[in-house]
Order: sequence, then C-alpha cells, then structure tokens
Amino acid sequence: MTSPSSIKADKTLDCKGLACPMPIVKTKKAIEEMQSGQVIEVQATDKGSLADMQGWAKNTGHQYLGTVEEGDVLKHYLRKASPSEAKEENKFPHTISNDELQAKINANEKITILDVREPAEYAFQRVPGAKSIPLGELEERINELNTDEEIHVICRTGTRSDMACQLLAEKGFTKVKNVLPGMSGWTGATENNQ
Amino acid sequence: MNATTGLTKMTSHELARIVFHHKELFILDVRNETEFSDWKIEGKGIEIINIPYFDLIDGVDSALDKIPENKPLLVVCAKEGSSVFVAEQIVEAGRTNVSYLEGGMKAWSEHLEPVKVGDLKDGGSLYQFVRIGKGCLSYMVLSNGEAAVVDTLRMTDVFEQFAREKNVKIAHTIDTHLHADHISGGRQLAAKEGATYWLPPKDATEVTFSYESLEDGKEIEVGKSKINIQPVYSPGHTIGSTSLIVDDQYLLTGDILFITSIGRPDLAGKAEDWVGDLRTTLYTRFKELSNDLIVLPAHFGKVTELGEGGKVAARLGDLYQDNPGLNITDEAEFRRTVTENLPPQPNAYQEIRQTNMGKINPSEEEQREMEIGPNRCAVHDQ
Repeated sequence: MTSPSSIKADKTLDCKGLACPMPIVKTKKAIEEMQSGQVIEVQATDKGSLADMQGWAKNTGHQYLGTVEEGDVLKHYLRKASPSEAKEENKFPHTISNDELQAKINANEKITILDVREPAEYAFQRVPGAKSIPLGELEERINELNTDEEIHVICRTGTRSDMACQLLAEKGFTKVKNVLPGMSGWTGATENNQ
Repeated sequence: MNATTGLTKMTSHELARIVFHHKELFILDVRNETEFSDWKIEGKGIEIINIPYFDLIDGVDSALDKIPENKPLLVVCAKEGSSVFVAEQIVEAGRTNVSYLEGGMKAWSEHLEPVKVGDLKDGGSLYQFVRIGKGCLSYMVLSNGEAAVVDTLRMTDVFEQFAREKNVKIAHTIDTHLHADHISGGRQLAAKEGATYWLPPKDATEVTFSYESLEDGKEIEVGKSKINIQPVYSPGHTIGSTSLIVDDQYLLTGDILFITSIGRPDLAGKAEDWVGDLRTTLYTRFKELSNDLIVLPAHFGKVTELGEGGKVAARLGDLYQDNPGLNITDEAEFRRTVTENLPPQPNAYQEIRQTNMGKINPSEEEQREMEIGPNRCAVHDQ
C-alpha cells in the first residue's frame, strides 16, 4: 500500500500562504491549461479552501477526489472533467452491474477487479482488493494480467473501463466484463490509502 | 470610503446597529453553500442571497440581476478577501452604496454589542452583551466601582475594555453552568483581573482548576452597596445549572429558560436522566419566584427575540403565558419534546466542554474553529 503523499498528480499548484479567494482563482486558471482527465494537486494552508474546493468542483463539474492533510498543508486533488465524458457510448457488450458485482463479493467468490482510474482516484476510494492499472498504462502493463481470468473492469462512470475492456478483448482476453455504472454509484464497502 | 473604488468598509458594530434598529440592507453572501446553509446574518430589515465567490470569478453579471439597485448592498464572506474581490467588481459595474464586512463572518461571529438592560436600585446598572452572530448573551453587573461578569464569552478584552470605560474593577466572573456551545472566558478574565471565578460544583466534578462554588445560600456582593446576586439551583440543561437573581429584579437563567424555548438536556449525554430535573426547575421551582422578575437568558435562538435596542429580555410571568416550553402540561409529552427530534448538537460541543473543564488547551485559532456555527442550546432551535 502506498502512502498518501505518493499520490500521483499531473500538476502541482502551490497556494500555500494565500487567503481566499486566491487558491480557487489560481486553481481555476491552472486547470484551464490542463487536459481532460489529468489530476492536479493544490497545496493550500487556508483551512477554508477545503469546503470551497468541494463546492467549486461541484458547481463546475470537475471531479473532487479528496484531500490529504500534512501538517499545516492541505493537499487537494482534483481531476479535470471533459465535457463529453459522461456522454460517450458504452460499446463493450459484456457488462455487469454494481449490484451483481456486489453479490459476487458478498458470496466470497474469488474474483479479479481491475480499477483503471488514475492513481489519485484509486488512492482515495476503491473497492477493497481492486488492482490498480490506470487506462493509460494498461497496454504496457498488460502482462500483469492473466488472459484466462475473469476480470471485472471498473472506473468512475463506465467510460474508461469500457475502453479498457475493448483493449483487453483485442489482446485476447475472453472473460472481461465492464462494471456499470462504476465507482460513481458504488454503495458497498470501500478502502483507501489512509 | 476608498476614493479609487467607491467601496466602503462596514464594521461588525455598524452591522449590529443595522440589525438592532431594523434598518434595510441587502446582503450578498459569497461563502460556499454549505457554510451559508449552516448559519448566516439575520435581521428584520435584512434580505440575503448566497452566490459563492467561485461562481463569480469570471464576472458578476449573474449576481447583478439579483441585487436591487435601490437598497444598500453589503458583501460578506468567511474572512474578508473574497467579499472585497466580489464587491470591487460590483462597484466597477457601476453600482453605488456597496460595502464589504470587515473581518467577514469570523469577525461577525465574535462581535459583542453591549446593550443596557436597566438600572439597579442603588444606582448600579446591568448590561447585556449580545453576541449577535452566534446568539450568545453575557452580562455585566456594575455597582459602586465593581463589576461581576456572568457567562463570560471568550472575547475577554471586550469586557476588560468596557470595565475600563465605566471605571469599574471586575471582581467576579460567574458561569451559570459548564457551557457546551461556546468557550467560556470566565476563568481567563478572572485570572487577568484578579477576580473570583464561580462555577456550580456539580458541573465542575472533572475540572482541572480551582473555583468558588456557586450554590444556593451564597451571596455575591458587587460594590460596597451590596448588589445581591442570589444563586438558584436550577438543573436540567446540565446537572449543575444555577440561575442568578440580581437585585431582586432580574433572573439570569443561563441555558435553562430562553425567551421562546427551553434548555435541552442532552448535551452532556444524559437527556433521560435530566428530564425530571428540567421539569422540576421550570414547572415548580421557577413558579415559586416572582412573576415580575425579568428573565435574561444566556442565548437567543432567532433574531426576532431581539427586542427594543437589541435587548433580549422578558417578564417571567409573560413567559409562563407565551413560551411553548413552559406550557406542556402532560409529563410524557414534555419528555418527548426535550429528548426526541432535537436540533443537531452544536459544532464540536464535546471538545468545547473539555476546554471549559481545562482538560484541553486549544489555540485561539482552534477555539475559533470550534465555535463556528449557531449555538443550538434550546429545544426549539433549528
């Protein structure tokens, strides 16, 4: 298990010592220059920045992942959303619902869950025992998986996991299932790095 | 007035006067929605809307539509920075009569406004200190060069300064009970001023400091002319809760009896045990007192309780007519009212109790955080 401080981000923004509204103003600017799906780490010392980050993310549609407190510094993690993210069609034919996956877990079936979200998303909340390979690294790390295994691929809304399922199928995996809707609708047990 | 921006600063004192005198003010609160829904500035002449500052970073056009042009506008945020940021844009857009709240809600939460309650028989006087942003009330009894402060709030410098202005020495600080919603300044103020700190012994079983026992039969004298402060044991909100009769005219009820509600018995985790005490205090013990006593509580729940000039006070006899908490004849119904469907407990109330016992010593910043939000000490606070 990795420590919280090693959560991977594409960009780090220093807002230490800045009072409100500056942490949000600077975060907004920084995130505009980033690509959809990338994760930003915002370091702030203003305690009020926590609730404001969450509120701002909710109102803009960016994904607030979580916050790690290190001494006086709050490290906020956000993932830039793409406008079309939720609209893309799920094409992979073999799917399993959150509830069905939960039933398998409850029945203590020995199953493999592959989480293809970014490491920062995985760090804050995941299905217990899920293996992490971000979508962008899946191709190069594909030999970590067994082609005969039944693999349940999960992400936040089912979009990235759909693409991961298609990639795995192309590479000869035969028992792959896309978990829908994914973590955004997950009500069962979770674990995190902290 | 800042000549370059046309933006003015409003102090908490000025805002308190506006609330007390029911003047008209339109407030744009730019904190996030969670903080706004938890607590906000209230008043009879006040109209308030919430648009978080982070929705106004690219411009205030969306806000301008909602702000009337014919009313003075006050922009508030948590500390100040974001309100200035938004207010400057509103002034740039051509609006006039725009101000921001100095120190933001943090300053508002800590502001105490003194209001004179009345004169005492021998020439002394009684003042109420209204912590309007949080609904807390402290009192100062002044007589012949001496003063006693009751239910002292954390901002002890306000009392020190007031005592200096009135040329009196603070001789006593009294807590009617171990508070759970705010940090008491009674012990600190007593230490600074060389005064005696009084606390009911039944609320003090776990405290880490020495104190004078506030009990029935004791008399606290203020000034040589003997202003009488007479303790009346009145348990129910806490097991030690003790009310004070001042000068045979005023009944300082702490958190047992409010103007439109009564104290909740659950903040020390013993609601079931203390219901009986609460009932006896309110339905028997206080009934034996004179109906003409003026009740002065340690809290108010709604700004509508602020009377003339901001004063929170009512005749005991009138409360027996009008206060719903004093008019529940059925005991079982009373028990349900004070133990079920209670409002949420005050923020950090357990840590606040520990602090008031002297068990933990949080920094000033931490104390401020602990006191955030409304007081919620009454059964009917929502």
